[in-house]
Amino acid sequence: MSWALLVVETLNGLQLGVMLFLIAAGLTVTFGVMDVVNLAHGAQYMVGAYLIALFADLTGNFWLGLALTLPSALAFGLALEFVVFRRLYERDHVSQILATFGIILFLNQAVKLLFGAGAIGVAMPEALSGTVTLMPGLLYPIYRLALIGFGLATAIMLYILVNHTRVGMRVRAGATHPEIVAALGVDIRRLFMIVFGFGAMLAGFAGALAAPIFSVEPGMGDNLLILSFVVIVIGGVGSVRGALIAAVLVGLVDTLGRAFGPQLLRLALTPAAASQTGRALAPMLIYVTMAAVLFFRPAGLFPARR
Amino acid sequence: MSRSSLVLAGALAASLFGTGASADDKVKVGLIVTLSGPPAVLGGQIRDGFNLAVKTLGGKLGGLDAEVSVVDDELKPDVAITKVKGLIERDHVDFVVGPVFSNVLQAIVKPVTAAGVFLISPNAGTSNFAGKQCNENLFVTSYQNDQVHEVLGRYAEDKGFKSAFLMAPNYQAGKDAMAGFKRDFKGEIVDEVYTPLGQLDFSAELAKIAAAKPEAFFTFMPGGMGVNLVKQYRQAGLASIPFLSAFTADESTLPAEKDDALGFLGGANWAPDLDNPQSKAFVKAYEAAYNAVPGTYAMQAYDAALLIDSAIKATGGKLSDKDALRAALKKADFASLRGKFKFGNNHYPIQDFYLVKAAKRADGKYETEIVQRVFADYADKYAPECPMK
Repeated sequence: MSWALLVVETLNGLQLGVMLFLIAAGLTVTFGVMDVVNLAHGAQYMVGAYLIALFADLTGNFWLGLALTLPSALAFGLALEFVVFRRLYERDHVSQILATFGIILFLNQAVKLLFGAGAIGVAMPEALSGTVTLMPGLLYPIYRLALIGFGLATAIMLYILVNHTRVGMRVRAGATHPEIVAALGVDIRRLFMIVFGFGAMLAGFAGALAAPIFSVEPGMGDNLLILSFVVIVIGGVGSVRGALIAAVLVGLVDTLGRAFGPQLLRLALTPAAASQTGRALAPMLIYVTMAAVLFFRPAGLFPARR
Repeated sequence: MSRSSLVLAGALAASLFGTGASADDKVKVGLIVTLSGPPAVLGGQIRDGFNLAVKTLGGKLGGLDAEVSVVDDELKPDVAITKVKGLIERDHVDFVVGPVFSNVLQAIVKPVTAAGVFLISPNAGTSNFAGKQCNENLFVTSYQNDQVHEVLGRYAEDKGFKSAFLMAPNYQAGKDAMAGFKRDFKGEIVDEVYTPLGQLDFSAELAKIAAAKPEAFFTFMPGGMGVNLVKQYRQAGLASIPFLSAFTADESTLPAEKDDALGFLGGANWAPDLDNPQSKAFVKAYEAAYNAVPGTYAMQAYDAALLIDSAIKATGGKLSDKDALRAALKKADFASLRGKFKFGNNHYPIQDFYLVKAAKRADGKYETEIVQRVFADYADKYAPECPMK
């Protein structure tokens, strides 16, 4: 294996990681702070992708579209909270799973009715299309580099928001001692609503950023939802820092495993057997990683303090 | 009235009117296609293509008023079986047209044909029904699945590509696609990558392609996977390596892939720019009616309707005479949108195959266009195994 390939695959893993982080960040906060299992989080990612498809088409500009998508995704999240989630906080996890699964079905059918069953494409912003030569013979799409940048910037912003602002302090306090925070005069319901809306906006942001590289179609978030749950379980439920590190870990393990697993196996097996085994093993790797992490740290890498 | 007396009454009635007088005034067709989930685009094309043909024929098939019931198989073989049983036992259809997907075809062939109903497949064409398990009541208006991939293998071989990188989803159709490509391609296969079905991000595989520097890239990525792959392939700067595929850049995915797919090559039995009058009229009428460019799915469904029309005409509208109908279907005496069309001994088509290229038309819409003919009067490799003559 060449160094250039290793560098490219590492970048790919990093890019998948930050993408997962954008989705998992909202999920871990709603799960950790509000104790709500939100299976519909992947559908909110899909909604973000459809919103930018709509707005980018209307305005003819990706960035204007993105600027419209963010508040719309936020509004969508708030509306969803108002209509459905508000009624779920006091219920057990099974009710939450059933209700949010219902939202997935509803939203998948809704976008199919509105936009058709086929995939739609979103054009890549002109300035970020094309490739950049990192080293001789080593091309990398600029847009994917930009994605890594967006993801890391969001991570830093979230870190500041959660750890160094008043709202962040209330969110952290609300996660561990909701009754006391309420007794101190903080409207905990309103706080939850803001947290939920913000999480939905992050998922929508991830969907909007993903739209130019992935096809926008009904059910596009369903696969990512499972990966996001793996991420928050590895990272520790409720921990934004854990989500970031776990997301990058999952991204790297998945990408590098797919790229180099068969080659490594070839050292020990015949090429045909290596290819066969690698094919079966690669999709399992992240779950093996999750099992290993949970064996040593049952609460995840960075559990939010309880 | 007991069941046996009902049968008796039926038999009496039949003997009174005689079989000769049963020339029906109506033909019933059950259309079973996938209309749920992302593949609904393909099922929709088949439904629209078939309906357009019936409309063009004045709402009739072979002179009889046509009654078409459309059902959704949800891409689930068990659901499909229940639905076709409903079509046969409740609606008493004379023909079943469908499905889109091979796994559904595997499930419904037996229940339909065993009931004495004709099954016309407008898309799926598996190898088993082309070979040993060929069926006298099954007619396929599309192709045998391997053939479209063989087109690309043949082209790559003729073009003298020395090496190729192969990638397909890890399921039966993906493996068949690779086998089809390798049948005629004798160059070096630098790598064969199987991805999980439904994979969205191909960055890891694309980096391997860039590192392997093959002379050609062959893939089979239907639906949304194809849209993702095509966009990411272009974005990774790999477009200088010829992109050969089937069902990856076609009329069902081009509306999403747009410019990213331009120049990518495919294998097909038809393309919207095929130069014959009936095909031109079909494309024009389809676009006017449904505001989309028809793909091979719609074309094959349209031909399925023409096939039924021709057979009913030939038998003078006698739907009860199954043997005469079968013989008439076998003749395929209709003006196919593909031009030349006939059935082999296994009721699979013998037809021309083309190399096609994704292109943008003057009106801004995207379609595949014929580059060259790769196979002429091409029959599938399984036909000799079929015992039918």
